[in-house]
Amino acid sequence: MKILVCISKTPDTTAKIAFTDNNTKFDTSGVQWIINPYDEWYALVRAIELKEANASAVIHLVTVAGADADPIIRKALALGGDEAIRVNAGSQDSFYIASQIAEVAKTGGYDLVFTGKETIDYNGSSIGGMVAELLDLPYVSLATKFEINGSTCTINREIEGGEETCEAALPLVVSCQKGMAEQRIPNMKGIMGARTKPLKVVEPVAVDALTSVAGFELPPAKAGVKLVDPENMEELVRLLHEEAKAI
Amino acid sequence: MSVLIFIDTADGHVKKASLEAMSYGAKVAEQLGTVAEGVVLGTVTNDLAALGKYGVKKIHHVAKDTLNHLDAQVYTKVIAEVARATSATVIVFSNNVDGKAIAPRLSARLKSGLVSGAVALPDTGKGFVVKKNVFSGKAFANVSVTTDVKIIALNPNAYPIITGDGAAEVVAFNAAVEPGKIKVTQVTKASGEVPLTEAEIVVSAGRGLKGPENWGMVEDLAKTLHAALACSRPVADAHWRPHNEHVGQTGIAIAPNLYIAIGISGAIQHLAGVNRSKVIVVINKDPEAPFFKAADYGIVGDAFEVVPKFTAAVKKLKGVA
Ligand SMILES: Cc1cc2nc3c(=O)[nH]c(=O)nc-3n(C[C@H](O)[C@H](O)[C@H](O)COP(=O)(O)OP(=O)(O)OC[C@H]3O[C@@H](n4cnc5c(N)ncnc54)[C@H](O)[C@@H]3O)c2cc1C
Repeated sequence: MKILVCISKTPDTTAKIAFTDNNTKFDTSGVQWIINPYDEWYALVRAIELKEANASAVIHLVTVAGADADPIIRKALALGGDEAIRVNAGSQDSFYIASQIAEVAKTGGYDLVFTGKETIDYNGSSIGGMVAELLDLPYVSLATKFEINGSTCTINREIEGGEETCEAALPLVVSCQKGMAEQRIPNMKGIMGARTKPLKVVEPVAVDALTSVAGFELPPAKAGVKLVDPENMEELVRLLHEEAKAI
Repeated sequence: MSVLIFIDTADGHVKKASLEAMSYGAKVAEQLGTVAEGVVLGTVTNDLAALGKYGVKKIHHVAKDTLNHLDAQVYTKVIAEVARATSATVIVFSNNVDGKAIAPRLSARLKSGLVSGAVALPDTGKGFVVKKNVFSGKAFANVSVTTDVKIIALNPNAYPIITGDGAAEVVAFNAAVEPGKIKVTQVTKASGEVPLTEAEIVVSAGRGLKGPENWGMVEDLAKTLHAALACSRPVADAHWRPHNEHVGQTGIAIAPNLYIAIGISGAIQHLAGVNRSKVIVVINKDPEAPFFKAADYGIVGDAFEVVPKFTAAVKKLKGVA
């Protein structure tokens, strides 16, 4: 079984969100970069667990980014995975990135493609679906559980107010979220081993983006908190009812 | 030309998120001087003609029961066919669980630009620019769509449901439906409860509650307010509450009208999932808790004393004993 795990580099969850160049660019000064948590904690760790259960499984990681993403890829390789492929291109839009990943997936002949449910910076939730369409493969989104028995997969996916269990055969594309696996910390052996794992750099295929970001905005600041006496919950209810019209 | 809205259903019922999508799509159609039409897949119990009151003039219904469960691959092909037949120039989804599965596929299939997580109507002044949520609620991006056909996935609770008069013309759409490759074997749903992502009011609690045995008062408050339940990450990680209640950067992102946070410190990763809530109430015994900075109303006090009083006061307002 060959598994491809999509990895994205995102700002750390505590990063200050600010913009430069007349609000057209994310201000990266002082920003720490991490593996997108959904890619790392759920997609990658679940893939590693599948490999632990089936020694013949092979895990490849793919990212679409410049060389500045290499430390992130090495960190992902330290957690697990056999080799990584970096498509040497800046991020344009989801379709551009998905097209690059689909190209890698086609060439590599994977049985399973895992993505995180979304990135914590663009919040697109689009890559998995686009890759699946470009490969004409079935797609299970927002998966919370993934089991495999032979070539039949049993997957739980989020629905409003619950979960749906479904079955599908490989090959398949799955977007992963909480429930799939538990976060892991790379160990020393993993970190040392990651240095020598292959990281292949390939050039992008020519694709036109379908969208572009014209600019960014920050939300308006909150007016400030109104404190209510803990002994007077009637007052809170009155404010919520009459002032905020929320109940 | 038309604006085509995907009307999402569950168990044969139209979802609330789709009422928002229809209201939004109708407004987009008005902006562009065209009409809003809908597409419904699978068998339904709703009176589809009555959906006209949300502004859709015509509904294309593909009433095959093989479409009663989502298979994004199959759905995408059918919706693409309807979009072609109606010469849709804008296709609107809710950015809910199903929209997230279908809209990206459709975008790749039609090579049409997608804005997922839209929070406002498009600006059609010059080009076609849609505001979307980015950086997990900490900023917005204005995304320009450059393709002829545009796809928008509207965030739940970002646009109001607008009702008017009128009935929609319902037409059977005869699409070629291929057998799906995904077989749904089981649906597990907490019956009678309000789904978290659709809820108007969410009552959420954190580690300040000390243990799962103390959730009774939280559930009471939620029930009284007809609210959905949520929790912070450590609470879900410790299995005090199920994973599907975990909100935040790595859980579910929500935008209810009212978010009530009890015994939650307000870490930046928690705020990332709830900061789009319209009104935030924070109950915390620590006046320095960071959550107060993001709150509209704050109560500095012990949750174990405050919450039962709060519930009683709501009951009084609602006239229930
Ligand atoms: C990459 C990353 C992603 C993360 N993603 C998420 C996420 O998605 N969601 C999330 O929630 N967290 C997330 N976290 C964790 C986050 O940083 C916080 O640790 C977490 O939100 C804290 O949960 P809490 O507020 O319930 O607990 P605590 O921080 O322990 O806060 C408990 C609060 O309860 C108050 N309290 C105690 N007793 C009482 C009482 N009797 N009455 C009233 N108040 C009381 C305390 O004053 C305190 O403010 C993430 C962290 C990282 C690093």
